Amino acid sequence: MPRGTRALESIARWFEERTGVTQALAPVMAHPVPRRTASWWYVFGSATLALFALQIATGICLALVYVPSADQAYQSLRYLNDQAALGWFLRAVHFWGSNAMVLVMTLHMIQVFLWGAYKYPRELTWIVGVFLFLCTLGMAFTGQILRWDQDAYWGLGIGASIAARAPVIGSAIVHALLGGPIIAGRTLSRFFAVHVFLVPGILIGLIGLHLWLVLRLGVNEWPMPGRVVDRETYRKRYEEEVHKDGVPFFPVAARKDMVGMSVVILAVLACAAFFGPYGPNGAPDPTITDASPRPDFYFLSLFALMALLPPWTETAILLVGMPLAIVLLLAVPLIAPAGEKSWRRRPVAVLSVVLIVLVVTTLATLGVRSPWSPIMDAGTALATPVAYVQGRTPLQLQGALVVQNKQCRNCHSLGGEGGSRGPALDGVATRLTRDQLIRQVIQGGGNMPAYGTNLTPAEVNALVAFLETLRPVNQSPARAPVTARPATR
Amino acid sequence: MCTEHDSLPTTTSRRGFLFKLGLALNAIAAALVGIPAIGYILGPVRRSAGQEWIKLGVVGSFPEGQTRLATYENPFRVAWDGPTAKIACWVRRVGGEQFQVFAVNCAHLGCPVRWFPQSRLFMCPCHGGAYYEDGSRASGPPPRGLFEYEYQVRDGQLWVRGGQLPTLAGPV
Repeated sequence: MPRGTRALESIARWFEERTGVTQALAPVMAHPVPRRTASWWYVFGSATLALFALQIATGICLALVYVPSADQAYQSLRYLNDQAALGWFLRAVHFWGSNAMVLVMTLHMIQVFLWGAYKYPRELTWIVGVFLFLCTLGMAFTGQILRWDQDAYWGLGIGASIAARAPVIGSAIVHALLGGPIIAGRTLSRFFAVHVFLVPGILIGLIGLHLWLVLRLGVNEWPMPGRVVDRETYRKRYEEEVHKDGVPFFPVAARKDMVGMSVVILAVLACAAFFGPYGPNGAPDPTITDASPRPDFYFLSLFALMALLPPWTETAILLVGMPLAIVLLLAVPLIAPAGEKSWRRRPVAVLSVVLIVLVVTTLATLGVRSPWSPIMDAGTALATPVAYVQGRTPLQLQGALVVQNKQCRNCHSLGGEGGSRGPALDGVATRLTRDQLIRQVIQGGGNMPAYGTNLTPAEVNALVAFLETLRPVNQSPARAPVTARPATR
Repeated sequence: MCTEHDSLPTTTSRRGFLFKLGLALNAIAAALVGIPAIGYILGPVRRSAGQEWIKLGVVGSFPEGQTRLATYENPFRVAWDGPTAKIACWVRRVGGEQFQVFAVNCAHLGCPVRWFPQSRLFMCPCHGGAYYEDGSRASGPPPRGLFEYEYQVRDGQLWVRGGQLPTLAGPV
């Protein structure tokens, strides 16, 4: 044996004699797990843990430079992006790592739900997991605030507006959240403390508990249809099977975990290197009113929901629906603590997952496009397509000017360009008659403001004359509904 | 001897007393740390709304019949507020000394509304709320009109009362 190896070995022995770490950890690492759980489906939990470690490491690096002060945070982020050696890369890894952590954690949650892992005796593991998920979303939101740009400033405004809807204590919650009466310096300090000390501390504690429970109760066996969970017999049967047909966690199951962990980390690093850091987008100056704030992807579905819900249901959904959804998530193992584990025999569970995933991704996709948002600069940025002004009379051309100048295209598109809050104006003449057009412009309705006091009669006249030309040549204009005439004489 | 040490403290013994004293002292210490800490964290929650009279500018700088953006410095600012100390509002001079001063924050979820003088509308970039020039709700999800500041004209200056983030729980 070479001398170097021998020296290393004696150092290791010296430490082992004093700490006993290997002796304590070896049986933990080698504890038997059900053979079939050494599967690729079981890697999401450890991958999430790896991402958390990555977030801590990169977070500490960023804290070396970041200034958690409202007057300098933005500049320190710009410094990280543009000047600090590899600052851009660390910021990018932290950003993509946070996205990946939310994503992989969600996959882990879906997997353990479909595999019935939350059932007896692992109910508490699930409940702790839900808190881990909520804390992670909390980290995502507070992290977005630390970016201290326009999105952060107005995102705080949105958070405060939601909190303010709570009856009686709404105002108190807002002031406690903001650390003062308004979004300013004290707000950022508060969110910094929450993001860097409070929630990570809670997360580390909860992860410890989560892992302890996994070790103590064993990795959930691969569910087989017909093998139902019975409180009386489950643990005994599990122990027997694991001892008869188990494999040591390390290295048999851990091999796939290790590959999974490194794959997600490498994917994050690749995204970071390729796409770079995100933001900060615009200085957090509240007097710049031409901001169009957007949340990060994990809150896009909520953003979309707030645009699409009937306004009168919003407060109820925010104050009752959201907490109820969280309680329901926590109560999953208490609602179905025993019985079938296999997803093949749990159609309601499978359909719930499909439904929730479809709803959230649909809302998030809509959130990216946000068709309900007016295009705020359409009046000046978009040209009227030439085809829509060719061969028009002077009056109709005046109307085209009205469409352009009165910001109609903030909400209505013309030739495929413009907002989609209202219907496209192409072909509007096939849907509405002259009288209906006048009524719609003057009185509004159907989510359109009334322009009666904002347009002169001459402008309305010109506008409607132009709108009447907006129909394909081969389609006839809209006709007034035929009303039955009284059969007199 | 050993069993005596391990046994739970009895009510009468000296050891029992010491055990209870230890519990009580720790409870007192925890309360003495916890109560100030909670008071400190909840310090920003005050019963009286954070509002003060703020000077916006001379009346003459707001043309009659028009709506202009005005900015002021948050009266409760701290030295490290940076750009966030500045707050914007929309000032509509109806005529003479009659004004309407609106918060830029949409009544729906607080995004900054923008004034379009040509169509005489305020529009919100987030969820598409729209308001008429008098601040009343025109369309979209907002549950009410724009938040309006209390104002005064004193010695040719326009003053507004403000300083807190306008929300449904505590308008400007």
